Amino acid sequence: MSVITYRQALRDTLRAEMVRDENVLVMGEEIGVFEGSYKITEGLLKEFGPRRVKDTPIAEEGFVGAAIGAAMLGLRPVVELMTINFSLIAIDQIINHAAKIYGMFGGQTSVPMVIRTPGGGGQQLGATHSQNIELFYSFIPGLKVLAPSTPAEASAMLRAAIRDDDPVLFLENLGLYNSKGEVPDDYAQPSNDNVATIGRAKVTREGSDITLIGYSRMAMVATQVAEKLAEEDISVEVVDLCSLRPLDRQTFVDSVKKTGAAVICEDDWLTYGIGAEIAASIQEGAFDYLDAPVRRVAMAEVPMPYAKPLETAALPSVESISTAIKETLSAVGKRVG
Amino acid sequence: MADTAKPKTGTARSSGTRRRGRRDTAAGLAGETPDVLLDYYRQMLFIRRFEERTAQAYTQARIGGYCHLNLGEEATVVGLMTALQQRDYLFTNYRDHGYAIGKGMDPKRVMAELYGRSDGVSRGWGGSMHMYDTETRMLGGYGIVGGQLPLATGAALAISYRGGDEVVMCQMGDGTTNIGAWHESLNIAKLWNLPIVFVVINNFTGMGTTVDMSSAEPELYKRGSAFRIEGERVDGRDVLAVRDTAARLVERAREEQTPFLLEAWSHRMKGHSVVDPAKYRTDEQKDEARSEENDPIALFGARLSEAGILTDELRDELAASVKEEVAEAADFAENSPHPDVSTLFDYTYATPVPNESRRMPADPVFAE
Repeated sequence: MSVITYRQALRDTLRAEMVRDENVLVMGEEIGVFEGSYKITEGLLKEFGPRRVKDTPIAEEGFVGAAIGAAMLGLRPVVELMTINFSLIAIDQIINHAAKIYGMFGGQTSVPMVIRTPGGGGQQLGATHSQNIELFYSFIPGLKVLAPSTPAEASAMLRAAIRDDDPVLFLENLGLYNSKGEVPDDYAQPSNDNVATIGRAKVTREGSDITLIGYSRMAMVATQVAEKLAEEDISVEVVDLCSLRPLDRQTFVDSVKKTGAAVICEDDWLTYGIGAEIAASIQEGAFDYLDAPVRRVAMAEVPMPYAKPLETAALPSVESISTAIKETLSAVGKRVG
Repeated sequence: MADTAKPKTGTARSSGTRRRGRRDTAAGLAGETPDVLLDYYRQMLFIRRFEERTAQAYTQARIGGYCHLNLGEEATVVGLMTALQQRDYLFTNYRDHGYAIGKGMDPKRVMAELYGRSDGVSRGWGGSMHMYDTETRMLGGYGIVGGQLPLATGAALAISYRGGDEVVMCQMGDGTTNIGAWHESLNIAKLWNLPIVFVVINNFTGMGTTVDMSSAEPELYKRGSAFRIEGERVDGRDVLAVRDTAARLVERAREEQTPFLLEAWSHRMKGHSVVDPAKYRTDEQKDEARSEENDPIALFGARLSEAGILTDELRDELAASVKEEVAEAADFAENSPHPDVSTLFDYTYATPVPNESRRMPADPVFAE
């Protein structure tokens, strides 16, 4: 095993897939000469040239749509959208076209493409650049939505996304790019076949008092919460959703059946957010096992402010999640550290 | 840039130049053999009768949803489709029945798609606006205005990426020249030197909004100039003019690996869709759109008669055989089975993965 950043896991896996398959090309704003706003595509233009590493104009609808059309003819484009906020400019192509073409034409052509894009607040980027709108895409049959939280997952899931024949929205996170974790030594080899299973959640830490569910950056935060609460003798089981569509409900429902309580932490807004779907699934799948109402810890429902104290207050944190867990446990008479 | 008649200030009212009394010689018919000319005539007539049958089936509720017809633009459809090689790709908007047939799809299966049956070209999943066929390379009618432009541009990118010699034709209506996808796609196509011909069908009206009401530059073929894309305009009522102009641009796109723009103008004989009575048009405008001098089939038929190619006898013969073939298509559609409900979840994903939902509306999320 080696320890690398989430960023490096993505970059090296992308490179390995380009070496492996001539049909893989990357497209996006500033990904070539500039080497990517977040340097995920660093070195790719030098190695593969402008045919396979295409700098695009600032025209999200145009180049996302072009990637879909190229995928219809059998290429496997990996598109970078600088942030998920900019996906709104391409949303017609993603939802009305990428997600529909396979079904709408009776399964005659697939759309094997990946849209990589980071979400994430907390960078003082203000209201239009701090949203977490993966819900929009997770809502749509025909799309697959992946949200890795560790370098190892990022690598295995990106490989899965590129090799899958359907359009995949691959959610990264600004707050994760520099985070580190273990990966298999051969993760960057083109011959590596360590491909994640799309549509599976994971129990990333076992526990017995309560289930804490998250994805992307919040899955990492959930692990930090579990470690902190362990010091107070509270045993938290952590579930990383990994895949937002398809959604693996059984894994978190089984966990809740074991612990009897659940808290969901999410970087998006609470009302109609991803957590609402998780909570609804828990009540349907584990109603008789619940000892307390399911709690959600989510972003404050405001356009994200720029000022640091306001931004920090609006985001879920280790502290706010810990509080929600303790309140849930005390409501059912379980011990609170 | 060529300026072939009509639009100028755009509306259907200004009559522009006409081809009245024009005398066709062998040269006027592009030196084509009678067989080819009669084939075009038959194809145009076939689309006319097919669309009329479609309208009838729609009013009988055999066809549902939205339904847009190619009535009045048969010469444009046949001219464009005969300009393409079989290996070339086509993307269109939702007014796609004639194009599907012209690109080589079996009319029976096109009609079955309209009926929503399992033998339809899109297995009954698409309907009127979404004809698709991998084999004939008609890569879809698209219901969202402008949606097909980025896709078609991407198909041309894939051709260029592989060094292929196919060309993409991307058809759209006049209203599409105002949507963002138009500007983004033309820019990308020129920037990346892609082999694609964008074709604007100008019938002077996007639903009920005229070109003059919606386009600051109503001379639509000029609108590629912002991207240094050469544009031409052609009289869309003239099948040979459309074919020759389109074929020239298609071959130039193939040779020069660069995009072109073609505007073909013609009249929409009916409303925007089958259910639209077109009340926004004056009686004078309606008469003009339906007049013989704007009817591409009447125009071409007269030219062929004048040249002694289309005799009255032959005209009757063709009419009868077209009528029969259209009736066969309708019968085929009528008798094709409805898609089985058990196939409802067959086309959500191409690569199966765990936890795909196969839940029917009242099913519990967790099966016992």
